[in-house]
Amino acid sequence: MTGNDKASSRPTVAGSTSSAAIEVDRLVKVYKQTHAVDDISFSLPRGSITGLLGGNGAGKTTTIAMIMGLVLPTSGRVQVLGHRMPEESAAVLGRMNFESPYVDMPMRLTVRQNLTIFGKLYAVKNLSDRIAELADDLDLTEFIDRANGKLSAGQKTRVALAKALINQPELLLLDEPTASLDPDTADWVRGHMERYRKANNATILLASHNMLEVERLCDRVIIMKRGRVEDDDTPEAIMARYNRTTLEEVFLDVARGRVNGLKEEAAR
Amino acid sequence: MTELSLHRGLSMQRIGAMILRYWYLLMSSWPRLLELLYWPAMQIITWGFIQHYIALNANFFARAGGTLIGAVILWDILFRGQLGFSISFLEEMWARNLGNLMMSPLKPIEFLLSLMVMSLIRLAIGVIPMTLLALFLFHFNIYGLGLPLIAFFCNLIFTSWSVGIFVSGLVLRNGLGAESIVWTLMFAIMPLACIYYPVSVLPVWLQYVAWALPPTYVFEGMRALLIENTFRIDLMLDALAINAALLVASFWAFLALLRSAKKNGSLLSGGE
Repeated sequence: MTGNDKASSRPTVAGSTSSAAIEVDRLVKVYKQTHAVDDISFSLPRGSITGLLGGNGAGKTTTIAMIMGLVLPTSGRVQVLGHRMPEESAAVLGRMNFESPYVDMPMRLTVRQNLTIFGKLYAVKNLSDRIAELADDLDLTEFIDRANGKLSAGQKTRVALAKALINQPELLLLDEPTASLDPDTADWVRGHMERYRKANNATILLASHNMLEVERLCDRVIIMKRGRVEDDDTPEAIMARYNRTTLEEVFLDVARGRVNGLKEEAAR
Repeated sequence: MTELSLHRGLSMQRIGAMILRYWYLLMSSWPRLLELLYWPAMQIITWGFIQHYIALNANFFARAGGTLIGAVILWDILFRGQLGFSISFLEEMWARNLGNLMMSPLKPIEFLLSLMVMSLIRLAIGVIPMTLLALFLFHFNIYGLGLPLIAFFCNLIFTSWSVGIFVSGLVLRNGLGAESIVWTLMFAIMPLACIYYPVSVLPVWLQYVAWALPPTYVFEGMRALLIENTFRIDLMLDALAINAALLVASFWAFLALLRSAKKNGSLLSGGE
């Protein structure tokens, strides 16, 4: 059963379950002749961490952008925290946040100035205390008054994460949050995301190329290929279905089109 | 960034946050500050000496003292007002920060209002020293125009915002490849706005086009004030009416271009 098949048996936006953090229903995005996202559906329960996997051009970033309201779907519907996007985005944008390699924080502003501005945009109460708390949690204190442009890649990622957490979001969308980080910093960031989810019962949707990261963090994995959902299950169930011991092997099987034979073999 | 709502949920805190963002940027960069002062100062010095030379050699300009310097200052209000608006917008594109703003609760109207306030701040930094230079070097006191100056200023700044909103929408839709429009569009209306000469100089058919532009009314009004000592309130009211229509049209265009950018995914790229 593919992700699309399974998703079609789940509640859709039309018969919405308000307990879902994100509901995507038959979502399509076509750029000229290219189907960037091709009829995908899924529903993410609150408090879950879901990994969105796929090679370059699989449609992960476009899917996340449609969930955020940055890209308008060609057809289909997205509902976030019980509200339709983008029509009711005013009701949810303050309750979610994101981090992406496609955006930066202003380089000339210091970390504190950047966090102050985003804190005000998100109407964070007791902002100075919140910034101090984040600086402590994410180890920013040493460079909090330094310009963002003068930070190392690891420091910038921690600052971007601080911005993503400034409003204590119920829903966090992360697009390759540990790309270009050394293993130590990446591990530290993953640990922080895990702690944040547990402490806040937050929902996290994570697009990543790092299979170990997804195995470690995610309750569920959605594998995309050429704009479609190729598979959708727990990491363990997916690995068992493909008769593999790591998600990396599954990823390669999907990317290289060795899917059907392996599934049949595993089923026997 | 949520859809436009003019009457609901407008947040002064969010507008203030954006102004603070640009203020921090301006204060952190002396080349940005210097540039604000440099070009207006060069303009007024160059044109001031030209006016001085002409006044020594021509009776008409001797009588119409200050029309050239006055026109230079008013043109700079128009041009720098638009640049002040658009450059603050471009700062977000250059910093790749637009996605962060679009995903925040900031509304387009709040974003545009903060850009308008920034254009006033940047204008004040650039143009006030320019007017003081005109006073001390060439004995031309623009503030001597009195209350009409407020009408001139308001009409020019409204036009500059309309152009600024429209070109920002174009850059939003087409990426930084369209950046040159920010620097050049105002110059396209320069010959038609009749800054340094009366509308009657233009061919009759072009005069209709000129009268469709609010700045034309301002420069005609300025000449009427300086040469004939008459404040033409009718010209100011006409300009205000056209400005109101232009502002509404530019808001509408910005929202349409934002929607188009969301449709074609250019908010994610933002590049060329």
